Amino acid sequence: MELLSGGEMIARALEDEGVEYIFGYPGGAVLHIYDALFKNCQVPHVLVRHEQAATHAADGYARATGKPGVVLVTSGPGATNAVTGIATAYMDSIPMVVFSGQVASHLIGEDAFQETDMVGISRPIVKHSFMVRRTEDLPATIKKAFHIATTGRPGPVVIDIPKDITRPDAKFEYEYPDSVKIRSYSPAQRGHTGQIRKAVKLLLSAKRPVIYSGGGVIQGEASELLTALARKLNFPVTNTLMGLGAYPGSDRQFLGMLGMHGFYEANMAMHHSDVILAVGARFDDRVTNTVSKFCPGAKIIHIDIDPTSISKTVAADIPIVGPVQSVLQDLIDGIDLLREKEPSLPDSGALARWWKQIDEWREKHGLWHGRRYGESDRIMPQQVIESLYRVTRGDAYVTSDVGQHQMFAAQYYKFDQPRRWINSGGLGTMGFGLPAAIGAKLAFPDKHVACVTGEGSIQMNIQELSTCTQYNTPVKIINLRNNYLGMVKQWQDMQYEGRYAMSTYEDSLPDFVKLVEAYGHVGMQITRLDELDARMEEAFAMEDRLVFLDIFIDPMEHVYPMHIAPNGAMKDMWLSKNERT
Amino acid sequence: MRRIISILLENEPGALSRVVGLFAQRGYNIETLNVAPTEDATLSRLTLTTIGDDRVMEQITKQLNKLVDVVKLVDLTEGAHIERDLMLIKVRAVGGSQRDEIKRSTDIFRGQIVDVGPNTYTIQLVGTGEKLDAFVAAMADAEILEVVRSGVAGISRGEKILRL
Ligand SMILES: Cc1cc2nc3c(=O)[nH]c(=O)nc-3n(C[C@H](O)[C@H](O)[C@H](O)COP(=O)(O)OP(=O)(O)OC[C@H]3O[C@@H](n4cnc5c(N)ncnc54)[C@H](O)[C@@H]3O)c2cc1C
Ligand SMILES: Cc1ncc(C[n+]2csc(CCOP(=O)(O)OP(=O)(O)O)c2C)c(N)n1
Ligand SMILES: [Mg+2]
Repeated sequence: MELLSGGEMIARALEDEGVEYIFGYPGGAVLHIYDALFKNCQVPHVLVRHEQAATHAADGYARATGKPGVVLVTSGPGATNAVTGIATAYMDSIPMVVFSGQVASHLIGEDAFQETDMVGISRPIVKHSFMVRRTEDLPATIKKAFHIATTGRPGPVVIDIPKDITRPDAKFEYEYPDSVKIRSYSPAQRGHTGQIRKAVKLLLSAKRPVIYSGGGVIQGEASELLTALARKLNFPVTNTLMGLGAYPGSDRQFLGMLGMHGFYEANMAMHHSDVILAVGARFDDRVTNTVSKFCPGAKIIHIDIDPTSISKTVAADIPIVGPVQSVLQDLIDGIDLLREKEPSLPDSGALARWWKQIDEWREKHGLWHGRRYGESDRIMPQQVIESLYRVTRGDAYVTSDVGQHQMFAAQYYKFDQPRRWINSGGLGTMGFGLPAAIGAKLAFPDKHVACVTGEGSIQMNIQELSTCTQYNTPVKIINLRNNYLGMVKQWQDMQYEGRYAMSTYEDSLPDFVKLVEAYGHVGMQITRLDELDARMEEAFAMEDRLVFLDIFIDPMEHVYPMHIAPNGAMKDMWLSKNERT
Repeated sequence: MRRIISILLENEPGALSRVVGLFAQRGYNIETLNVAPTEDATLSRLTLTTIGDDRVMEQITKQLNKLVDVVKLVDLTEGAHIERDLMLIKVRAVGGSQRDEIKRSTDIFRGQIVDVGPNTYTIQLVGTGEKLDAFVAAMADAEILEVVRSGVAGISRGEKILRL
């Protein structure tokens, strides 16, 4: 067997794991590892400009590909800088393995230079973590970390590595394990047959059904099965913010996103439904509005691989713990079987009436059916997303930051495929968009990658423009420039009588065109609607250049619909500044 | 409702902090906590008592089970079980009549005086939490100097066994 140092083991294990990119930033505690990477490692390393961006870039890569993102940071400030990105991945169940350096074993606990208790700090925001105590343990620990991060409900795993563990002069036998067995970890492989049988019956007896699907369908690679099931039954489908693309956005059966800023028809259908099939979605408070008023007439079937997601906020009538893929397949088989015996199911008359009702809702207030935004001589943010959709033919990877622009992108870009929509939903991390776009672009260099952002969010990780220069990641940045922390301003308009407490920058914004030019990129300022499409085309035609489109939009626009809270139900929404349900 | 949850936990550094952290992080209560190694050196046995309605309890057990370090878990209160808490209590004991009185109460509660000083008694008492509470109440007339309790340890009755 080969003898390797700890640093060499890490480099080799990443190759053996099939890792495509390491996103990281060096420092004292990881220098042995970096030296090993430098001397002999096939896996390219991407040097970001801030460790937060390393985690977001790895995360964007993971969301775009389904493979785990890999991060390498030093101890102390390197590790703490990574915390926001780890939390972001944790909240959205993204597979990630983070290697953090630690001070040498004999210094731990002494408040040594750049010592922080990374295992402690990250404990509530990781799926699991390890502190490596013996170099010999590295291969098995790394294997376990990747296994835990990528199986069951995915999530980030931290491996904290004291510096002495990786020293170059201490060599040990290296063999990367083929498989792992962790006695206390065994995610469900199949749904319970009895529960599935009950679910099949309930689905086929439904008169006003809705399929409510979420990020789990994307994580679990079950979009095709979900689509097959929905088409087979002719049931309407709505997606959470995290589930967009799991069901084709341009399909007739798709009702749009649901929730706080969800579509009128989606929220109405949920509220009036008699059966809800929840698939890989976790009844987040941004979806349910007031839980006690949530969908009063509905029986709920809930499929999730994580038992803690089931009946956490809304009680499920038929819980099914298992991976979406196998459970959806079992449901489809069960439906076929029952329909052989009872071909008249589901009740097509009832479904036709339900669809008629849904179509009426759509005609009345549907976002894609008649304009739901105001007239203005300024560019409306929605028009920018529509233009982006046209120019990229609905085929781009779209990352976003957090705010109004995020919601407009979610509402107006019709995602037909999973993994195309990459945003921070659970944590809502401003600064996510640009580094995530880097990760996606590295994964798919031949695809268009657009980062929809705001002038607030982009400045939270703007330094990554430099990373884009170094690694040639020609993403397109669509800055919906309203000169406000727009989402904050919207709440201040609606709840604080327009007192814009610290949600403006006064005259302090940089000239973004000059700024991106300084980094070696192309900048464009767009102020008129009649130039929007042409400039957008022009930007995307520059395939090997990063282009920053600084698009001046109407700053007074709000995101609608918006749930009425507190005490509202799914069906209670603001539809415009002066119209409510 | 009060529940007693018994856990087999990987005997790994940091494992206990994950359990305790979970309770803090999710706003659950820990009333008592007791943890020690078992006959299997790779496992610790942890018993904790907590209070919550059925929904909260369901979440607590699911969340605990989700921790990678939790190997097995049982809610002892779901079946017949034995629970024991150990208390050491030091009281001021001066003069014959007071000493006699304390000794009598200790006997009634089947406790033992395990240390005797010129002015103190240290009493050991084993039982359910309720019994220990009752004893502390019975000592109301004495001056209590120190109370230390192990927290509940528990085990199911009969054939029901918590092991790998
Ligand atoms: C400004 C802002 C506004 C927002 N507004 C909205 C809104 O209007 N509407 C909205 O929906 N959200 C909104 N969100 C997002 C919201 O906060 C949540 O992130 C989102 O609703 C959660 O999506 P989800 O239910 O699909 O769960 P996810 O977080 O995607 O979780 C996935 C679930 O699937 C399960 N799962 C994972 N893999 C599998 C598998 N293989 N098999 C089975 N199950 C699996 C997981 O256990 C988990 O329970 C907003 C966020 C922000 C920042
Ligand atoms: C790191 C972080 N800090 C604060 C917030 C709260 N927040 C949510 S949206 C928002 C405003 C975002 O402004 P901008 O990026 O310009 O987007 P807009 O809403 O104007 O489209 C803020 C401050 C957050 N989500 N993330
Ligand atoms: Mg803004």
